[in-house]
Amino acid sequence: MLRHLALACLVLALGGCGKVWNDPYPASRARANILYSAFSERPKHLDPARAYSSNETEIIGQIYEPPLQYSFLKRPYTLEPLTAQSLPRVRYYDKAGRELPADAPIGQIAESVYDITLKPGIYYQPHPAFAVDAHGGPRYLHLGAAGMAGRDSLADFHHSGTRELTAADYVYEIKRLADPAVASPIYSLMAQYILGLRRLGAQLEQARKNDPHGFIDLDRYALPGAQVTGRYSYRITLKGKYPQFLYWLAMPFFAPVPRVVDEFYRQPGMAQRNLSLDTQPVGTGAFMLTVNEPNRRMVLMRNPDFHAEFYPRHGMPGDAARGLLRDAGKRLPLLDGAVYSLEKENIPYWNKFLQGYYDASGLSSDSFDQAIRFGVAGQAELAPAMRVRGMQLITAVAPSIWYLGFNMLDPVVGGLDAKHRELRQAISIAVDYEQFIDIFLNGRGVPGQGPLPPGIYGYDPNAYDPWVYQRRDGRIERRPLAYARELLARAGYPDGRNAATGQPLVLYFDTMASGPDARARLEWYRKQFAKLGIQLVVRATDYNRFQDKMRHGNDQIFEWGWNADYPDPENFFFLLYGPNGKVKDGGENAANYANPEFDRLFEQMRYMDDGPARLALIDRMNAIVERDAPWVFAYYPKAFTLVQPWVYNVKPNFMANNTLKYRRIDPALRARLREAWNRPVLWPLGALAVGLVLAVLPAWRAWRRKERQAAR
Amino acid sequence: MMRYLVKRLFYAVPILLGVNLLTFALFFVVNTPDDMARLQLGTKRVTPEAIARWKAEHGYDEPLFYNPKAAGVDKITDTLFARKSAAMFLFDFGRSDDGRDIGQEIRTRMWPSLAIAVPVFVIGLATNISFALLMIFFRGTYLDWAGLALCILLMSISGLFYIIAGQFFIAKLWHLLPISGYSGGIHALRFILLPVLVSIVAGLGSGARWYRTLFQEEIGKDYVRTARAKGLSEVRVLFGHVLRNGLIPILTGAVAVLPLLFLGSLLTESFFGIPGLGSYTVDAIQAQDFAVVRAMVFLGSLLYIVGLMLTDISYALADPRVRLG
Amino acid sequence: MSLPFRPVILWTDALLFVLLAAVAVLAFWTVRNPQWRRPWARVGNSPVAVACLVVLGAYALIAVLDSLHYRPRLPQAVPGQPAQYSDTVRSVFDALTPDLWRVQEETYSAPLAEHLFVRQPQTLPDGQVVRVYPRLRIAAGSGPGQRWRDIARRALSGAAAGLAVGALCAGLLAWRCGRLRGARAWLTAAARGQAGWPARTLVATLTLVFVLVGVIAALAPAYHVLGTDKVGQDVLYLTLKSIRTGLLIGTLTTLVTLPLAILLGIAAGYFGGWVDDVIQYIYTVLNSIPAVLLIAAAVLMAQVYIETHVRMFDTNAARADFRLLFLCLILGMTSWTTLARLLRGETLKIRALEYIEAARAFGVGHGRILLRHVLPNVFHIVLISTVMDFSGLVLAEAVLSYVGVGVDPLTYSWGNMINAARLELAREPVVWWQLVAAFAFMSTLVLAANLLADVVREAFDPRRGGA
Repeated sequence: MLRHLALACLVLALGGCGKVWNDPYPASRARANILYSAFSERPKHLDPARAYSSNETEIIGQIYEPPLQYSFLKRPYTLEPLTAQSLPRVRYYDKAGRELPADAPIGQIAESVYDITLKPGIYYQPHPAFAVDAHGGPRYLHLGAAGMAGRDSLADFHHSGTRELTAADYVYEIKRLADPAVASPIYSLMAQYILGLRRLGAQLEQARKNDPHGFIDLDRYALPGAQVTGRYSYRITLKGKYPQFLYWLAMPFFAPVPRVVDEFYRQPGMAQRNLSLDTQPVGTGAFMLTVNEPNRRMVLMRNPDFHAEFYPRHGMPGDAARGLLRDAGKRLPLLDGAVYSLEKENIPYWNKFLQGYYDASGLSSDSFDQAIRFGVAGQAELAPAMRVRGMQLITAVAPSIWYLGFNMLDPVVGGLDAKHRELRQAISIAVDYEQFIDIFLNGRGVPGQGPLPPGIYGYDPNAYDPWVYQRRDGRIERRPLAYARELLARAGYPDGRNAATGQPLVLYFDTMASGPDARARLEWYRKQFAKLGIQLVVRATDYNRFQDKMRHGNDQIFEWGWNADYPDPENFFFLLYGPNGKVKDGGENAANYANPEFDRLFEQMRYMDDGPARLALIDRMNAIVERDAPWVFAYYPKAFTLVQPWVYNVKPNFMANNTLKYRRIDPALRARLREAWNRPVLWPLGALAVGLVLAVLPAWRAWRRKERQAAR
Repeated sequence: MMRYLVKRLFYAVPILLGVNLLTFALFFVVNTPDDMARLQLGTKRVTPEAIARWKAEHGYDEPLFYNPKAAGVDKITDTLFARKSAAMFLFDFGRSDDGRDIGQEIRTRMWPSLAIAVPVFVIGLATNISFALLMIFFRGTYLDWAGLALCILLMSISGLFYIIAGQFFIAKLWHLLPISGYSGGIHALRFILLPVLVSIVAGLGSGARWYRTLFQEEIGKDYVRTARAKGLSEVRVLFGHVLRNGLIPILTGAVAVLPLLFLGSLLTESFFGIPGLGSYTVDAIQAQDFAVVRAMVFLGSLLYIVGLMLTDISYALADPRVRLG
Repeated sequence: MSLPFRPVILWTDALLFVLLAAVAVLAFWTVRNPQWRRPWARVGNSPVAVACLVVLGAYALIAVLDSLHYRPRLPQAVPGQPAQYSDTVRSVFDALTPDLWRVQEETYSAPLAEHLFVRQPQTLPDGQVVRVYPRLRIAAGSGPGQRWRDIARRALSGAAAGLAVGALCAGLLAWRCGRLRGARAWLTAAARGQAGWPARTLVATLTLVFVLVGVIAALAPAYHVLGTDKVGQDVLYLTLKSIRTGLLIGTLTTLVTLPLAILLGIAAGYFGGWVDDVIQYIYTVLNSIPAVLLIAAAVLMAQVYIETHVRMFDTNAARADFRLLFLCLILGMTSWTTLARLLRGETLKIRALEYIEAARAFGVGHGRILLRHVLPNVFHIVLISTVMDFSGLVLAEAVLSYVGVGVDPLTYSWGNMINAARLELAREPVVWWQLVAAFAFMSTLVLAANLLADVVREAFDPRRGGA
């Protein structure tokens, strides 16, 4: 033991960590203008055609630039041009190719056309794929096995170059969506809309039969739905009308990918070295990925060729007071880089944040007590210890919903008739999500009142679910348990017993819950159902089995959630649209809810432009779903973020994924505070040494005595 | 010796084949290629079309063991099992289900694993032996008794406790070391100290007790009595004779574990965020990444067999009476 | 008239009773057989072993009580209907300790606390919502401000009751054992440790256990002795329920695979030749697969099986039980190889003995030789390895739960508790009681098992002059 401690001291001394012993970063970087953050699961795909989950888009959002982006400060979420010169205006045509007015009825519209014109003078990050040789041709194409020898990472390609962004790059990426070797998650969806994409997909499938992973020049294939109309302009043609398409143009799926980059990465030998668009993205964005070790860290550095973009000058009322406009007009990005470290476990993540080694922390429910206190009146506020440290608490409700779904095909809980409806309503009342939010989320959620979360068009903060809540003395509160029991009795289960046979009502909860929190959560659900005398059997299983049950409709009650792809109600109501049924069509309607009236309204609503008529439809749809109760609208999660005092320009934006370029830090303050917060505590080392001596001393004496005796 | 090695290698093939067959059967009963595709494609907007495309891309679109569509021998060889096993024997582990090259991954993750496992092994062995020798040296006194009690107490506490307590006190309360993480080069030292320390303490109880038993047996033997009768001091007896003779079974036993050091430790690595093969395995289990699991099983059994061979060889080297044949 | 309960026999219950029966047979056989009685007598003469046996006995008693399962009858909703039984499976242990599970709190509360550990919203009469530390439901009876005095009073009376029972035990022992010298003389001798066997240790440990039980029983109606967890369940109850899981994993694992290990190990050693080759091949293959991966695959398979046979597993208890059983099976699969190898080696040695060769030459059947001569002579190895494996298996459960391939999340187990408690350590103020309780109960069990294993090995090891 002693030896190891001595060794430890030695190493620490040699390491030259100065006053701080536990700094996980090299001392040389202590004062760099670099943001430190973490990721909990390694991003699997960085290919813009493929990345879909939030931890992937968080990285590539900084690197790739689709034509549009969400405004950083404006609320409700609004689109603004990024590389496009302006927001594209859609034009509609009928079957005969005649242009239609904007308010033409949906039935007449055969095609929608979007013309997008880019800003000139935008350049890609430096990359070997753009390097040219003496003759002006690409330097690193057609390398062959000999050319690849000795090149294990991008650093082994000594030359690099850049190139101007052109419209062809955007069209190339749209074609990539159809490539089976790319396996884009939105291919099936886009094939319904983009003219000719499905045909291209079939052609590429044929081509890939002979060449599963090699380079296929997509420019040789025509795609009528996406065409280059000039060096800086291209046109997208959709079948029918799809007003939500503009939102897709703000996602990395529609970012530019130059053909030469694709060809570079598709060379033989690249994939074996983990060099591909999936691991080494190439974009025009404010940052570029310089280190990709997904087992440990990912490093983004400022793109030296980044085009001129400036911090917004106008925000929402109150933004200026919160200091969000202090950098107005400054050239972006404000950081030199960002380091994302892999942090799978919650506790180290939180502790490192407290020690100042991460600049912002999402809060897990358990670390929460330390940081946040609820005041006597129930408002969340920073705990004194955190306030002293100068931390800021930023809260916002996410455009997401968690719900407890009923399988509507199930004979016990499903069905649209009054009896089954009442059973579901009774359960909706009994499962007390206010308590859930309190215990498991520590207040980081808002009880759900319908399928639409805040931030989505059509959400009404004053509306409530009249079947579960009631207004009393001007306040909205959950209906009493007695009422739920009454509903249950009307549904044919007085006190949770079948009225005819006396058998107890047993319901099944299907979940893939695992992890440290699972047991407590499942126990909690059992408690909720027991309040009505219903016995809940928990069928916990792994992801695959769960999916399997859902697909075959063998589930009964399940927990699920949805994050908005874009801030349009269509993105939530389609989860309840009959023809999207999970069992029937493998769609996203996991509850298999199918109400003809709702479906009819949905078909109308989805193609409408925002306005009073659409709002009226949304209200009617909400009312139907609330009455039928195919979901228990559990809660809309709230994001609490704690931000260190040296971080500026943080405004939660759940739609935009490229907000890193607006962020600013004060490295000098950070270095000072880190030192103050991490003074090593040395007395345990001393105590240990003393303890060891005390334990060994008598033994030493005994040995000496024995020696002396032996000598005698 | 050469003949023995060749023979052992020859034996290894059916064992590895059996291992491969078993893993294939076990995991494909659980997860069909369709399941794997769904797992990788995530929850949003997964269509049958996307699944078919994923399977084709990852080479999972063939039958498992028997292909009725193919002709002749191809009925057996045009199958998932034949293809993937053949590749495995050539050390081509293919790509994980999430698309990264497994061979490359193993080569990079091996080093962090070794950076933890080797110090734990070497320092741990030294600590355990010294502790055991101390107990033997003080045998009959309160120190021996207290040491033994300490050993049994230490080994009765779950390894998880040491990790949790180590992180809580040393890293969180006392700010002595980083709580988790890893870095290449010289900086790695700061990160591996805590996991190494914790692992050594966790292994101290059972290790020291075991070695104490070995030494105790040794000390009862005739040659020790003779040595003592010659008037050698207790220290000389212990270090000159007991330790030297006791080391033989300890070292030959330890040799078997040597190759397995590559695989790292599941718990330590995942708790301390070490990007080694241990955490790779845990992640693969949790993500049900079959390609990685299969590669790790193959690697594990290969190293196990190498360990067996090394044990035999070291026995032969240590004891000339043992002959390999 | 129908029963007020319907007995339920889970798979693991059945196996546990088989195990108990086996132990009983073994005990009977031991008593009759002097060759076996001797080493056991040596174990019984060790004070450490006696203390450990008392502790293990207490654990085992809880596990057995917790394995007698039943479904309580529901009150009749409409007269004349057939009796209906709840789907909640309870055990005799539950029936004996209603104080521990009847009252559940909202969420965390510290050991012996009066108030919840976190603020909860409460609506005032004027409709305003405030956040306060509410009183615990369980403590509603005792007056405020009197807590420590109340606790001391209850603890003292409980301890006194425990002491009384301990004294009663001592008296009974004296009455039984003191017939020769008189009870008083025996008592004084035993108190000096001169009873000829560790009677003093036995009485002391027993009394300690009784005092603990007494204190807990006195406190439990009004306090959560070890606090409550996130959903307000009593931590003491969770820990005690976990005993069954820990013990089952430690014992059933060996039980289910013992026949396999004995059969294959002895067969390989005795018959040699191709039988030996095949068996060696099997266990090298099994051994060379990293155990965690094998366990992960098996647990997944259990889940597949449960999901494809949903009808068979219609209660939480049945599902959790099957997964536990499967875990035992597969843990056994990964550990039987060591025992089989030991047995093979020992059998090889025995086979070469002269009298066996002679028996074979006289044409005595293989079965007879194996049963009469080989099995009894390798049995000590089986016993030692069973005892030695036990503690390792109990500890392994916690680790497997962490990797995500352990018992069902709804099973009460130390692994699940520790796993949940990891997050609690990050809270401030720290919620430590769940972690400490799980580690303490687990370590006590393992410590007792380890100490006992030491004694048993010493007593049975032939090299130390044992059997």
